[in-house]
Amino acid sequence: MEFVDALINILNSTIRVSVPLLLACLAGLYSERAGVFDIGLEGKMLAGAFAGAAAAAVFASAWIGLLVAVLVSVGMALVHGFASITHRGNQIVSGVAINFIAAGSTIILGQAWFQQGGRTPSLPPEGRFGEIKLPGADALRDVPVIGQLYSGLLSGHSLLTYVAFLAVPFTWWVLFRTRFGLRLRAVGENPAAVDTAGISVAWLRYRAVICTGILTGLAGSYMALAQNAGFVKDMTAGRGYIALAALIFAKWKPVPAMFACLLFGFLDALSIRLQGTPLPLIGKVPVQLMQALPYILTVILLAGFIGKAIPPRAGGVPYVKER
Amino acid sequence: MAEAAIELIGINKSFGAVRANRDIALEIPRGTIHGIIGENGAGKSTLMSILYGFYQADSGEIRVNGKPTNIKTPNDAIAVGIGMVHQHFMLVENFSVLENVILGAEGEALLKKSIAKARSELHRLEDEYGLEVDPDALIEELPVGLQQRVEILKALYRGAEILILDEPTGVLTPAEADHLFRILQQLKEQGKTVVLITHKLREIMAITDNVSVMRQGTMVATRKTSETTVEELAELMVGRRVLLRVEKGEAKPGAVKLAVKNLTVRDSRGVTMVDDVSFDIRAGEIVGIAGVAGNGQSELMEAVSGIRKAVSGTVMLDGTPIDLTGQADPGELRDRGLAHVPEDRHHVGLVLAFDESENSILGYHDKPQYLKGPFLNLDAIQKDAQEKIEKYDIRPANPRLKTANFSGGNQQKIVLAREIEQDPGVLIVGQPTRGVDVGAIEFIHRRLIAMRDQGKAVLLVSVELDEIRSLSDRILVMFAGRVVGERGPETSEGELGLLMAGVEHKEAAE
Amino acid sequence: MSTPYAKLPAWADYGLIPLINLLVAFAVAGLVVLLVGENPLRAAVILVEGAFGSGQGIAYTLFYATNFIFTGLAVAVAFHCGLFNIGGEGQAYIGGLGIAIVVLSFDSTLPWWVVFPLAIIASALFGALWALIPAYLQAKRGSHIVITTIMFNFIAASVMVYMLVNVLKPMGSMAPQTRQFLEGGQLPKLGWLLAEFGLKVRPSAPLNISFLLALVMAFLVWVLIWRTRLGYEIRTYGFSSKAARYAGISEPRIIIVTMLISGALAGMMALNPIMGDQHNVPLDFVSGAGFVGIAVALMGRSHPAGIVPAAILFGMLYQGGAELAFEMPNISRDMIVIIQGLVILFAGALENMFRPTIQGIFASISPGSVGITATKGERA
Repeated sequence: MEFVDALINILNSTIRVSVPLLLACLAGLYSERAGVFDIGLEGKMLAGAFAGAAAAAVFASAWIGLLVAVLVSVGMALVHGFASITHRGNQIVSGVAINFIAAGSTIILGQAWFQQGGRTPSLPPEGRFGEIKLPGADALRDVPVIGQLYSGLLSGHSLLTYVAFLAVPFTWWVLFRTRFGLRLRAVGENPAAVDTAGISVAWLRYRAVICTGILTGLAGSYMALAQNAGFVKDMTAGRGYIALAALIFAKWKPVPAMFACLLFGFLDALSIRLQGTPLPLIGKVPVQLMQALPYILTVILLAGFIGKAIPPRAGGVPYVKER
Repeated sequence: MAEAAIELIGINKSFGAVRANRDIALEIPRGTIHGIIGENGAGKSTLMSILYGFYQADSGEIRVNGKPTNIKTPNDAIAVGIGMVHQHFMLVENFSVLENVILGAEGEALLKKSIAKARSELHRLEDEYGLEVDPDALIEELPVGLQQRVEILKALYRGAEILILDEPTGVLTPAEADHLFRILQQLKEQGKTVVLITHKLREIMAITDNVSVMRQGTMVATRKTSETTVEELAELMVGRRVLLRVEKGEAKPGAVKLAVKNLTVRDSRGVTMVDDVSFDIRAGEIVGIAGVAGNGQSELMEAVSGIRKAVSGTVMLDGTPIDLTGQADPGELRDRGLAHVPEDRHHVGLVLAFDESENSILGYHDKPQYLKGPFLNLDAIQKDAQEKIEKYDIRPANPRLKTANFSGGNQQKIVLAREIEQDPGVLIVGQPTRGVDVGAIEFIHRRLIAMRDQGKAVLLVSVELDEIRSLSDRILVMFAGRVVGERGPETSEGELGLLMAGVEHKEAAE
Repeated sequence: MSTPYAKLPAWADYGLIPLINLLVAFAVAGLVVLLVGENPLRAAVILVEGAFGSGQGIAYTLFYATNFIFTGLAVAVAFHCGLFNIGGEGQAYIGGLGIAIVVLSFDSTLPWWVVFPLAIIASALFGALWALIPAYLQAKRGSHIVITTIMFNFIAASVMVYMLVNVLKPMGSMAPQTRQFLEGGQLPKLGWLLAEFGLKVRPSAPLNISFLLALVMAFLVWVLIWRTRLGYEIRTYGFSSKAARYAGISEPRIIIVTMLISGALAGMMALNPIMGDQHNVPLDFVSGAGFVGIAVALMGRSHPAGIVPAAILFGMLYQGGAELAFEMPNISRDMIVIIQGLVILFAGALENMFRPTIQGIFASISPGSVGITATKGERA
């Protein structure tokens, strides 16, 4: 039984650390599927986390926090769109810029507004998304395995966790079952085909980056309003880049994206748990190796040694009507 | 008298200084197949893009079914029943046929109904026109002919009554082309209007009711196909241009310098572009390759100069084979005396952002005379560039000026000077006078003749028939990747034109 | 068909447009200052005075600038080849490992002027090696170098944490860093040089001889790019891979060689903070300099003559920013990060935003100076 407990424990923390990855990863999926590369997920998530925490602290409402987080992230996504869609600038450069602007301004504004060294005030319960107990979770707690899984793993997460996992089938549905999704995928592959079909390439891509903004806003909100009780400086700590790695690892598909995020989350949870404990057969694994594993796996994938990650064909290239 | 489906009145369109369409008037009767023919760059595609709303005319009027219509976007064109099959397909390669057909014409926000509707509609179109294609196949897995069929289906699905096809047979095998023509015939019988843009005379004669000829941006004539001949059309197409005859003496061919045997080249999609081509070039002669652009000349040149992979065959330079794996070192070929003036001087032959002097060593930058150890010998490079500028009268005479600031003719002279002054035994020249002013053309032609008279072997590829005829000692005509004939320089334009259009080739084959 | 924009005179292209982009970036930064309730003009004055108002300030400004010259050059060399090396951060970090190995081995036995050249070689070598794998994957397997270099930044961070915690940390020490370097591992300071100009500099000021190395490298990069055969090939490939193929330049070779040089330059950046100032290898000593290099290269238009002043400008921001944080409680050094982001945004991603307007102005003042518009004007 101790083993089951330990397992549930580690799976539970896997879910917790995977949620922001998953939301950011899906965010990147919308943009990149539409042909706009986005290495600014990190910055948008960070800005969302800060804005959400600040608003939730001021208004003592998680919902207002969420709304503001989404608005701010969408705003930054629109800056990326303005540079890379309207002005056909370099998408990588624009993404880097957004990461810096977010990293700097969250600290400066946080310090100016709250005077707590870049933190936002600790949020009261109504400013956070609390844990939701699924019906019957307590009653089933003692039923071996199934009950334990239900009450220990499925129940007791914040609303945003459930939203994140529901966003996976939803994104799949949007992408493959709606007109918007069809056009979005088309514009990332061959914008000229979309243009000659009488659809505006720019407006379509703008809508895609707005989706990216909304989801990074949710990712930031999860970190500041659910996982923690407020904003701490640089709290995303590279998760935007891991999400990017997961997106590549999932070959830009929603369901594999979820598994990639869970895998990377699991590695993270495991490395925290294992701290110095030797593994059977392998022996002691350095924490740093576990932390670097998502990146190493992604590089190996990119090198084409385990399958091939082919990005959307028109990705990274501004659309110019050719003569 | 059938009512006109489309009427164009006084259409003008310029791109910068280039006037692509001048005062075009055209009437296309409903329910006919109307051919528009002309050489590359005559303005056919621009005109049709205006009709499809992809470009805006600078001035002029479009009437569809007699009504003046303002077509600003492809949407407007689709709304009045105009559909277009582009030369380069506008398909999403990893989408299914169905997805491509409904893209932009989905109807409602959810796909389920529109897909079902499209599926039954495709069945109907399949029955009606014989347009068979598996609706669930991915585009990238379909052969080119079927991809084109999807483009036609896209247009019909949107209710097109007028269908424009831009060079539709360029990518098709003869059998596929014949099938396409049967489909077009059926569309006509159902009352649709078809506009066929092509440069192939055979197709015009085989299928159209009327034909309009474009030349250098103007509409020069419209004929009933039954009342015209291939000869008349060829003449209208090419026009009676002033021949820029260059004085040249008798050729004195010497030993074989370059021997091409059974060369076959495929492009990245696996389409055979050069098909079992063999020929020799001797010292002291110019061999011209005539042909409409896109019939394999570019690929032939690239393979012979070692920068494109060949599937099979051999190329011997002075009796020694050239590496045809696509891994050849062009530098090594230069050392062996093979020089190459590429067709695309903007992206291949020159680096436009470089100074003139930097471009004057491109490809020869590893020659000892331009180097001091690992460093560039700038003094030597400048001096060398200055000499070439004087010898070739390149203007402005400033080796430090950015190459982008030179005119087309002077840019071409920079390339020619670089390649010729290295004193190569074999010179391969592609489109030497494309986009070059008249004065420079004459100069370039004289240079090439001088090369020949010095006993060099010259391979000249050009879509300008005049140029081929006035420079070459022997003319090879390429059509659909094959050399379909060899003629002397005195051969008439009409005869060459027919060969280039694949007419005699077809007849001989049948 | 044609270039998207008409031609401007060179001084407008290389001077006016970057200047306008920079001013807009600073104007937006000023808004942020205003937003936190401080006076942007006063902030600017404090910033400039903090950076250049004293010998000590200048020494710090140039110390920071040293880092940015190295990383800016690294990014610029790759840009010339059409490559975006976003991995300067990791390459510099790993460069520090090379220095640690050399210095910890020789600092007790050899004088600094022997250790220094060895450390230069080691830092360059380690930085270059860290760039080699992404370069190889780009050249041979087509893996996008932007993504692989980002991944390698994180992998470098993990490697260095592991090395510092488990291998290089002296026995019994708690801090994850190497032991303090002995005299042989410490570079001479350059305070005396400023003192020659009558400036007062305390001996603690970190400006050291690696600043001169950075200037030498800037010169060597200029020589490399514009005066050598290799530089010629790099630029040819950067402008047109087709022209490079035509000219017989090997694509994999040029990508790999360029990235090795780029990585080596980034690796050398580690010399400045490690041997010049801290005298040990701590965690996170690169602290974003690799990314500042992107801003510096963009602003300096990838030319050493632009990179050195751009690096000094960022050095000024870092040093002046520290003063600013001291004077204005609402502003911390993170203000610099915002400015950096804004400079990258306006001088990089939005570099063409003001171009049409400026061309319009030029065309209306003197039609002759603007190529294409002029011909239209003549016809009208």
